[in-house]
Amino acid sequence: MNDLALATTALCKNFGALTVAQNIDFRLASGARHALIGPNGAGKTTFINLITGRLAPSSGRIWLAGEDITDLSQAARVKRGLGRTFQINQLFRGLSVLENVTLAVGERAGAAGDMFRFAGSNRAVVEEAYGLLEALRIADDASKLVKELPYGRQRLVEIAIALGLRPKVLLLDEPAAGVPADESAIILEVIDRLPSGIAVLIIEHDMDLVFRFARTITVMVQGTVLVEGAPAEIAADARVREVYLGEGRHG
Amino acid sequence: MLAPNPTVAPVEQLARSHRLRPLELAPWLVAGASFYVFDIYLPLGAQILINVLFALSLDLILGYAGIVTLGHAAFFGVGAYTVGILAVHGGWAEPLTGLIAAGILAGVLGIVTGLVILRTHGLTLLMLTLAVVFMLYEAANKATHITGGADGLQAFAIDPILGLFRFDLFGRTAYLYTLAVLFIAWAFVRLLVHSPFGRSLTGVRENVTRMHAIGAPVRRRLVTAYAISAALAGIAGGLLAQTTQFVGLNTITFERSGEILIMLILGGVGRLYGAFIGPPLFMIAQDTLAKNEPVFWLFYIGLLLVLVVMFARGGVLGLIDTLWAWFVRRRR
Repeated sequence: MNDLALATTALCKNFGALTVAQNIDFRLASGARHALIGPNGAGKTTFINLITGRLAPSSGRIWLAGEDITDLSQAARVKRGLGRTFQINQLFRGLSVLENVTLAVGERAGAAGDMFRFAGSNRAVVEEAYGLLEALRIADDASKLVKELPYGRQRLVEIAIALGLRPKVLLLDEPAAGVPADESAIILEVIDRLPSGIAVLIIEHDMDLVFRFARTITVMVQGTVLVEGAPAEIAADARVREVYLGEGRHG
Repeated sequence: MLAPNPTVAPVEQLARSHRLRPLELAPWLVAGASFYVFDIYLPLGAQILINVLFALSLDLILGYAGIVTLGHAAFFGVGAYTVGILAVHGGWAEPLTGLIAAGILAGVLGIVTGLVILRTHGLTLLMLTLAVVFMLYEAANKATHITGGADGLQAFAIDPILGLFRFDLFGRTAYLYTLAVLFIAWAFVRLLVHSPFGRSLTGVRENVTRMHAIGAPVRRRLVTAYAISAALAGIAGGLLAQTTQFVGLNTITFERSGEILIMLILGGVGRLYGAFIGPPLFMIAQDTLAKNEPVFWLFYIGLLLVLVVMFARGGVLGLIDTLWAWFVRRRR
């Protein structure tokens, strides 16, 4: 498993009688561009929450770069290079955009527990955070409070925070969800330009995005992996068309 | 991002955000002037300063870290009893070391209780903070041979400060001593809330889910903040014991926890200076009303609180912000 960025073996999660993840054997290659698709309620976000440690699995193991991380805390997993964005924004709404990203960068740089210096005077951290805002073209809003920004721009702050952690594995949970079409173009561009060293797993409903971005696609249905393969194979797969693409076209 | 790039405005702005503004000196000017102008009220003045320190300690956890508590008097009381017990039973009457002992003991209690109760949130947490203060109250009530029970610990002497300044009948030494301790505590808390640690506490208050997801050790940060706040509250309690030379059960009650919360809310939560406005306002109102309306004064205190809740949710400082914003809009 050493050349894999992330893997799960026989991962299961039950809420009482309800099984939301069943024997998931998943592999994310180093530098992957991998998409996870499936109808609503297939268990995609649950899967992400299991990987990041927000939820504890009922059984099975999770591996990050060959190391078993199943019993580690969320924070310990982040320190080992696992970053994520949320389907619904999880931001510090009352703080400025720059401060949002500064918090993440400071945490990664190990400077966030300092008590005897002023936060803003840590130039290296603040300037790195600002650099990320520039890269994502939201530097103009750096001093604005997050809650004052339109939703699409807030989505970019989500991504900026995740990148501030310098992840080796980045989990993007519907990055373009809820964003109007004209603003989603910026988000797509940002995702396209992510550094090639980062292994990216993206959950997305927008099939144009998925097929443009992903080199591997995994389809989940009812907590299990239905099929995995290259985009062309997935598009041609009859079962996928039945459970997902067909349903999507009607919906 | 290297040298040739001129430092950009938002980065500069953040780097300057902790700089001392002239208005932040106002409390110290007022407190200093009060020493001369209101010299017959100095004992009340010292009590106000003690409550400012107590409210400041509460603001650190409530306003910055978002920890709601109705048990903060547990730490205040432990600090007060530490000073009293050391003086009565241990013959330890040196004030500065007594105060340090009060802070350490309260801080340790903060760590121990924090490790247990900060696993919870919301109402559960609120109930657990109450449980802590009730348990300690009952312990102080029952352990009469140590604490004096309902009679408290009375009329113990405290040595002169630094061997030089005796506590006098007019409360001059007590006032200046309390003011000096408060000043040091303020400088410390101010540094703390502007530090990366303080900003991360604000992060926890704003969005704990996100804090976990950026790899922050959330519980450790909260327990640390709780312990620091507890130590400061303990020092405030120790000051009360030293300046009044009495420690009673009323230092460790639910009522005192609630009252300091009300004072902080009155001044404004999460802004550092609400703690400097609420206690004087509340205590002067209480003192004046109790004198002029001995029967009805609690009604007016209640009325004051209703008005704050209805028209000034952010406390006095929040109201000033709102009015200032309105004034600026009008002028444009």
